[in-house]
Amino acid sequence: MAPIAAPDQINPGIEDVLADAERHHHGSDPIADQTMVINMGPQHPSTHGVLRLVLEIDGETVVSMAPDIGYLHTGIEKTCEAKFYQQVVPLTDRIDYLSPMTNNTAYALAVEKLLDLEIPEKAQWLRVLFNELMRLNSHLVWLGTHAMDIGALTVFLYCFREREQLLRIFEAVSGQRMMTSYIRIGGVSMEPPLGLFDDIRAFLLDFPSKIDEYESLLQNNPIWINRLKDVGHISREDAIALGVTGPVLRAAGVDFDLRRDMPYSSYEKFQFKVPVSTDSDVWARYILRMEEMRESVKICLQALDGMPEGRIVADAPKIILPDREQMKTQMESLIHHFKIVTEGFAVPAGEATSSVEAAHGMMNYYVVSDGTSKPYRVHMRNADYANLQALETMCKGRLLADVVAVIGSLDIVLGAIDR
Amino acid sequence: MSHLTDFQIFLILSILKIAVVLVITLTAVAYTVLLERKLLGRMQNRWGPSRVGPFGLLQPLADGIKLFLKEDLMPMASERPLFILAPIIALSCALISVAVVPFGAVTRIAGVDMFDISDINIGLLVILGITSIGVYGIALSGWSSNNKFALLGSLRATSQVISYELALGLSLVGVVLRAGSLRLRDIVDSQAGHGLFSWNLIGGGQIIAFFIYLMAAYAETNRAPFDLPEAESELVAGYHTEYSSMKFAMFFMAEYANMITVACVATLLFLGGASSPFGNLLPTPTSPIIAAILPIFWFVLKVFSFLCLYIWVRATVPRFRYDQLMSFGWKFLLPVAILNIIATSLVLALRG
Amino acid sequence: MQLALFIIFGLLAVAGAINFLLQRHPINSALSLIVVMMSLAVLYWSLGAEFLAAAQVIVYSGAVMVLFVFVVMLLNAGEEERTHGSRAAYFAGIPGATAIFCLLSFVFLTNGKAFGSTDLINHLTHTTNNIAEISQVLFRDLLLPFEVTSVLILVAILGAVVLARKEQ
Repeated sequence: MAPIAAPDQINPGIEDVLADAERHHHGSDPIADQTMVINMGPQHPSTHGVLRLVLEIDGETVVSMAPDIGYLHTGIEKTCEAKFYQQVVPLTDRIDYLSPMTNNTAYALAVEKLLDLEIPEKAQWLRVLFNELMRLNSHLVWLGTHAMDIGALTVFLYCFREREQLLRIFEAVSGQRMMTSYIRIGGVSMEPPLGLFDDIRAFLLDFPSKIDEYESLLQNNPIWINRLKDVGHISREDAIALGVTGPVLRAAGVDFDLRRDMPYSSYEKFQFKVPVSTDSDVWARYILRMEEMRESVKICLQALDGMPEGRIVADAPKIILPDREQMKTQMESLIHHFKIVTEGFAVPAGEATSSVEAAHGMMNYYVVSDGTSKPYRVHMRNADYANLQALETMCKGRLLADVVAVIGSLDIVLGAIDR
Repeated sequence: MSHLTDFQIFLILSILKIAVVLVITLTAVAYTVLLERKLLGRMQNRWGPSRVGPFGLLQPLADGIKLFLKEDLMPMASERPLFILAPIIALSCALISVAVVPFGAVTRIAGVDMFDISDINIGLLVILGITSIGVYGIALSGWSSNNKFALLGSLRATSQVISYELALGLSLVGVVLRAGSLRLRDIVDSQAGHGLFSWNLIGGGQIIAFFIYLMAAYAETNRAPFDLPEAESELVAGYHTEYSSMKFAMFFMAEYANMITVACVATLLFLGGASSPFGNLLPTPTSPIIAAILPIFWFVLKVFSFLCLYIWVRATVPRFRYDQLMSFGWKFLLPVAILNIIATSLVLALRG
Repeated sequence: MQLALFIIFGLLAVAGAINFLLQRHPINSALSLIVVMMSLAVLYWSLGAEFLAAAQVIVYSGAVMVLFVFVVMLLNAGEEERTHGSRAAYFAGIPGATAIFCLLSFVFLTNGKAFGSTDLINHLTHTTNNIAEISQVLFRDLLLPFEVTSVLILVAILGAVVLARKEQ
């Protein structure tokens, strides 16, 4: 059980990580300092997917760490370049697979900017509604896995109980539980089924009591408090410098929420609070996300109450697939359908970015068009990647168990990091 | 039987007792696993095992077959003899402690007490001693696996078990002081007077000791919220990361056997052992068979409820952090246990 | 029965002790030492000192030796290198050890009566209370030396803490 003296043959690539750790992070030498290098992941129960962390620990204290990513690399960004614009939508589902519709929205917003499309109000409100439901969905998974990492098993299954209801709603509206592709360029894919709004309302009215239930299991538990308080601290300046966004940034005292500060998809018409904390520890992030869930419920209810009537897609027959009925009765619609499906639609040359506030933080889509029907470049900037960079700042000098708590509090999805 | 000498009868009956108790304990271990999975499932909105046999009752059997048939992996860099020895130490230590537990009223057949494998006058110390030997199973498994996670797990486990053994031992002193003996039968008898109200937990004023024991026992058996040695979110599986097949099963069985032992000790020391909780309110059974079986029923019932408490706690609370665990044990449990000893001995001294 | 136990565990203790010396890996040596401790505990018990036996197991095997194993694990001590030792050990050691062994055997065999004997029968049948006797001796007759010893140990612990503390 020596501290690694020679490069570990079983883990190719560890030499680089070790050398990197030595060069950049602290300049310590595992052998002289009697530290131990352990390899957390990529198949580790609490690295949320396939994150690999090379940790150098002294006893239980973390001396340095280097995240190693790329185990879930699927080449989605590159694949986008070979697809028509409308075919990219299902690919975006798979980026941050806990909030697919938020990805859809961000992509659609960018392309709509290039196309200069006017989105009908109902579609915008539907987007808000489902974006907020996605936030609930993502936060529920975060809470469950975070609690399970800390050792509270039951919360995980309670969260998934509610998530199941959400997934049923998504299935009802889009036909898919996870990879929904509901939000399309120019609007949304179809009218929500009759009675769905009542189901959503019933769920939303019940949901705050479920949040209370999770809190009753966690919030007053001294073990939970001790595990979370004063762990994973990051200063306001560091957070900004590292490009951290989302709840992690707001927990560090920066009052920044794109929904309020750069409203998109008519978010400016909704009243909601943006919870901010200055403690900047895992506990603050936990409280903040719980508050966010309550706020999301309010936004959803406002969206349901004020849902406007009207079309759900923009009036652009060359871009948006026509109704089934029109397609079968009108010659022109049939031609449009045929053209869109077989050769897509050309997008004026140029570039556009969109920024939305996803559950994990700021989500940007950068789309470059060369005037053809396929994007020249699609780049996704997800909060997860930047947030992960803050991991070392938060964990250095802390205990091994804190690393797990901090990873949980960052709420990363490896799909969004590796793309 | 008349042609056998006393010693031969003693020997035969002892072997019989050992065999029966061993089989029952191992079955109980298997079904404690099932109990945990079922109960945990119910607490977490799910069914738990329900496919194998009625209500999933054959699940332990299926698990056993599965574990038997798994490939027995031997890591290349492991320290072979110790790697094999470690689970054996763990399991045998867990099983041996049951030997001194009296699980029924004194019932003699041919001069041999049938409901107690051996009635030793330092029974309690024997249990403590065997538990302290059980640490080697964990320590050696982690070291011999030559795996960093296993080593970390076993370091955590060893230091945790040593630390909490102190609090555990001290929490029992109050009970021993009250009974004036280390013999488990004497301790049970000291609580048998008025049922519920003479239990050490309630009438004996050892309620603080009971809670110290409860927490220390959770830590001793590496169970939630003290399950750091095998904290799957931090250390994969802790000290048994490298183990597979029956060697893993032995660790698994040892954990649950330890739970049962701890539950037995709690029952004996704080919950009146095999005595009825209703004291003399229930009529004394006339039939000798009922008189023999009823105490066992009470004993099993108490152990069962203690196990349910164990599982309930696991479903409820998160896990401690290593430093918090240590400071909790040394800075809180230990002083409180010492205060409890002082208070108990003062009360006993003042009463004469 | 008692003789059988004595022979078995006496031999085991000796075997463990020899193994302890011969093993090259520190952890194996530590484990042999545990075997010695446990065998001694059984011997104590067969002499009617069951409390001493339990204390031996709990304190020595359960705590002290665990720390030894712990340290060996942490320091990751590898196999020892075999040295020839000092020449003096060969010349003085073997005759010296033989001499001491002979001397001790002689004293034990000739003056066996002077050591007195224990009340074995009463102990084995539990008519005398072992623990009560030990506590009488420890906490009444020899209270002062007992407390002084504990203070001594406390001093040792504090010394260890001071020595091991990291410089701030």
